[in-house]
Amino acid sequence: MNLPAHTPTHPRMEEASHGNSRGPGGPDGWNSNSDHGGDHDQPRLATAKAGLWLFLVTATVVFSMLLSAYVERKTGTDWSILPRLGILWLNTGFLVLSSAAMEWARRLARRGDLQGTRFWWLLGGAFAVLFLLGQLLAWQALYIAGYGLSSNPSSSFFYLLTTLHGLHLLAGLIAWGWATVSIVRLPETALAKSGIKIELCALFWHFLLLVWLAIFGFIWFVS
Amino acid sequence: MQEHAAGLPETHGHEETHQHEPTGFWTKYIFSQDHKVIAMQYTITALLVGVVGMVFSWLMRLQLAFPGQLSLIQPDNYLQFMTQHGMIMVIYLLTAFLLGGFGNYLIPLMIGARDMAFPFLNMMSYWTYFVSVILLFAAFIVPGGPSGGGWTIYPPQSILPGASPGSEWGIRLLLMSLAVFVASGTMGGLNYVTTVLQLRAKGMTLMYLPLSVWGIFVASVLALLAFPALFVGGVMLLLDSLAGTSFFIPLVNQFGRQLGHEGGNPILFQHLFWYFGHPEVYIVILPAMGVVSDIIANFSRKPIFGYKAMVISILAIGGLSFLVWAHHMFVSGMNPYFAFWFAIATLAVAIPSAVKTYNWMLTLWGGNLWFTTPMLYAIGFVSTFVAGGLTGLYLGNTAVDVPLTDTYFVVAHFHLVMGVSAILGIFAGIYYWFPKAIGRMYNETLGKLHFWVTFVGTYAIFFPMYWLGAAGMPRRYYTNEAVTQLPPSSHELNIFITIAALTVGAAQLVFAFNLVWSIFKGKKAEGNPWKATSLEWQTPQTPPVHGNWGPTEPVVYRWAYDYSVPGASQDFTPQNVAGGPAQKAKASGKTKH
Ligand code: HEM
Ligand SMILES: [Cu+2]
Repeated sequence: MNLPAHTPTHPRMEEASHGNSRGPGGPDGWNSNSDHGGDHDQPRLATAKAGLWLFLVTATVVFSMLLSAYVERKTGTDWSILPRLGILWLNTGFLVLSSAAMEWARRLARRGDLQGTRFWWLLGGAFAVLFLLGQLLAWQALYIAGYGLSSNPSSSFFYLLTTLHGLHLLAGLIAWGWATVSIVRLPETALAKSGIKIELCALFWHFLLLVWLAIFGFIWFVS
Repeated sequence: MQEHAAGLPETHGHEETHQHEPTGFWTKYIFSQDHKVIAMQYTITALLVGVVGMVFSWLMRLQLAFPGQLSLIQPDNYLQFMTQHGMIMVIYLLTAFLLGGFGNYLIPLMIGARDMAFPFLNMMSYWTYFVSVILLFAAFIVPGGPSGGGWTIYPPQSILPGASPGSEWGIRLLLMSLAVFVASGTMGGLNYVTTVLQLRAKGMTLMYLPLSVWGIFVASVLALLAFPALFVGGVMLLLDSLAGTSFFIPLVNQFGRQLGHEGGNPILFQHLFWYFGHPEVYIVILPAMGVVSDIIANFSRKPIFGYKAMVISILAIGGLSFLVWAHHMFVSGMNPYFAFWFAIATLAVAIPSAVKTYNWMLTLWGGNLWFTTPMLYAIGFVSTFVAGGLTGLYLGNTAVDVPLTDTYFVVAHFHLVMGVSAILGIFAGIYYWFPKAIGRMYNETLGKLHFWVTFVGTYAIFFPMYWLGAAGMPRRYYTNEAVTQLPPSSHELNIFITIAALTVGAAQLVFAFNLVWSIFKGKKAEGNPWKATSLEWQTPQTPPVHGNWGPTEPVVYRWAYDYSVPGASQDFTPQNVAGGPAQKAKASGKTKH
């Protein structure tokens, strides 16, 4: 499994030892929910990232199971090939741009460039919204072409895969919107406070891009 | 409960240390984010759901002993009781209890953390589980009642109208409930795994972890990798039922009428189901194994034999559990070479299982045994695990499985190896940690009475089923009147089994009484009544308060099995005691085999 490296000792213990003013062994920050200053972001980031990575592993299993079922079900004689929807290429482009913008926001945040971070962060979210709208258009086009949810297993899989992927992205956008509130309001110095949210969102975005590329690849090339 | 951290200097960042200490009733007991409260919520809910599952088993047993004499139990009801019983026991009782109950209570306390990594997610995990339970029981009030398609809910019969009871709204609610349960299990699993990886106390290396934590940890990883298959299969089945898709349903003519499906593959569902279903049995047995290991070591006053081998076996069992799923599908018409591979992989599971069994025996061997109720339950676990597990070797061979599949032989096998064993492991753990969690002792005499009736009783229920199965008594039958090959004596055996089942059921009243009575009236417990080494027994307060450790987190210097160390002043050395003699059999690799 792909877990980030961890130290055997409690990361926060080390913190306490290098001059944390909160008193001997002050166990502040042990609760990952508590919102302390930037001092505490490193261990919190490691823990939150570990949690997100585990979730990505689980989500990977979900999509791999669906794609295996897709490959298996495709051998049925009733399988028909879906019309090629050009808009999917456009949507793919949106998602690539979205992921790239999130990555850029993440890097600028690390450098402490608040203006740049804000710009790319908002742009990343906007492209994600465009992707989702584009997916809705793709659904409409497919539906008009005569493929409803239950018309054919190929369209059933298409709707199911895109819905599950879209719901993940939608959940990501909710997290993004929640983080945006604090990022937009932030004074320059406190960028580190939102660092975790930016890191996690970027990671999730890249994952969803990979998942989409896999889904798109199967739909386009393995049909 | 005492107020938090008595004697904590107020100057000491009190505000921050306990800023999340909830004060209101709702945040303290209902929407609590404290892992101990969440553990209790899981425990109580799972036990109550389990009572329902047990009542269903009595109804089935009554029907089997006195066929047709209870008008309450019609053939359709039998199938519904059977399906709901299986589902409740495996998912909503055992999985929820072992991961949500034990996992939540034990992980932070045993690794020296103050709480889970994501307390909010943890709270959400419980409440999502609660919703899944509501959906499960909602199926009882919809038209057609709950699903009767078997706990394996195989299509087509589970969702085709009229093909099994509850094949419309019953199964849909069940599938929704399962999807919600998977969401809950995922939130929980993420938490348990992250917590073990990230929040261990200073000095607590992975190879210092008590085996309970190892078992729960690996089971949680399995849950994260296996539940998605159930989720995917469930969602696809739901769409087949609700939206008329044909993922699993082939062209079907029903009463001369063609249903709207075409070309679906029911075997595909079986693969998805068992890709989840087999690891699922280890999700429930690994935590129980861990708990039993710790209890046996403690009450033998000896280090666990072969700690490293135990850890490797847990990992091996976890890994192998993803390679054997199709042994549940030997009769589905698979390629014999395919079956051959799954048979070999299945038999390979016997190796780490045997390693664990021998290690338990060798831990007991020559130990200074202390037969408390938890110890009896732990030994009982080893016994039923062997009595049920050995026949897994029979069933893992394709040629032997084909005639035995869908007979009571299988019912005997899985009840003993996973059902009864996991339940005995749960009882062992409940009695063992009761003094810590409640702060009072349970009644030992009642505990032992409960043990002996349950232990002997479950053998009386399930062991004779091997014979019934070998004689050809089919599984999932409402009545055996038409099963001509069964000798008449098998009917007497069925009556005997039913009496045993009702007796075991009655013994659970003793347990319930003991629990409730001891919570209010039990003798006050000391912090470490079993003279145990692991960290949960070293908390400054009993029961532990919010934040668990008072002002300073524990620091760990040794593994969890320093019992009877030669030269030590007492026969156990807690993990947070520095210096002094230690067992040679350390995790450093110098295990003495
Ligand atoms: C004293 C306790 C129990 C009794 C008397 C009991 C009895 C039964 C009976 C009579 C059946 C139906 C067999 C058939 O008609 O084919 C059954 C099925 C089943 N039981 Fe139990 N059981 C008990 C405990 C458990 C436990 C603890 C588990 C947890 C794993 C469990 C899991 C199952 C499963 C998975 C099925 C199969 C349901 C199906 O065929 O769809 N049972 N049990
Ligand atoms: Cu299996």
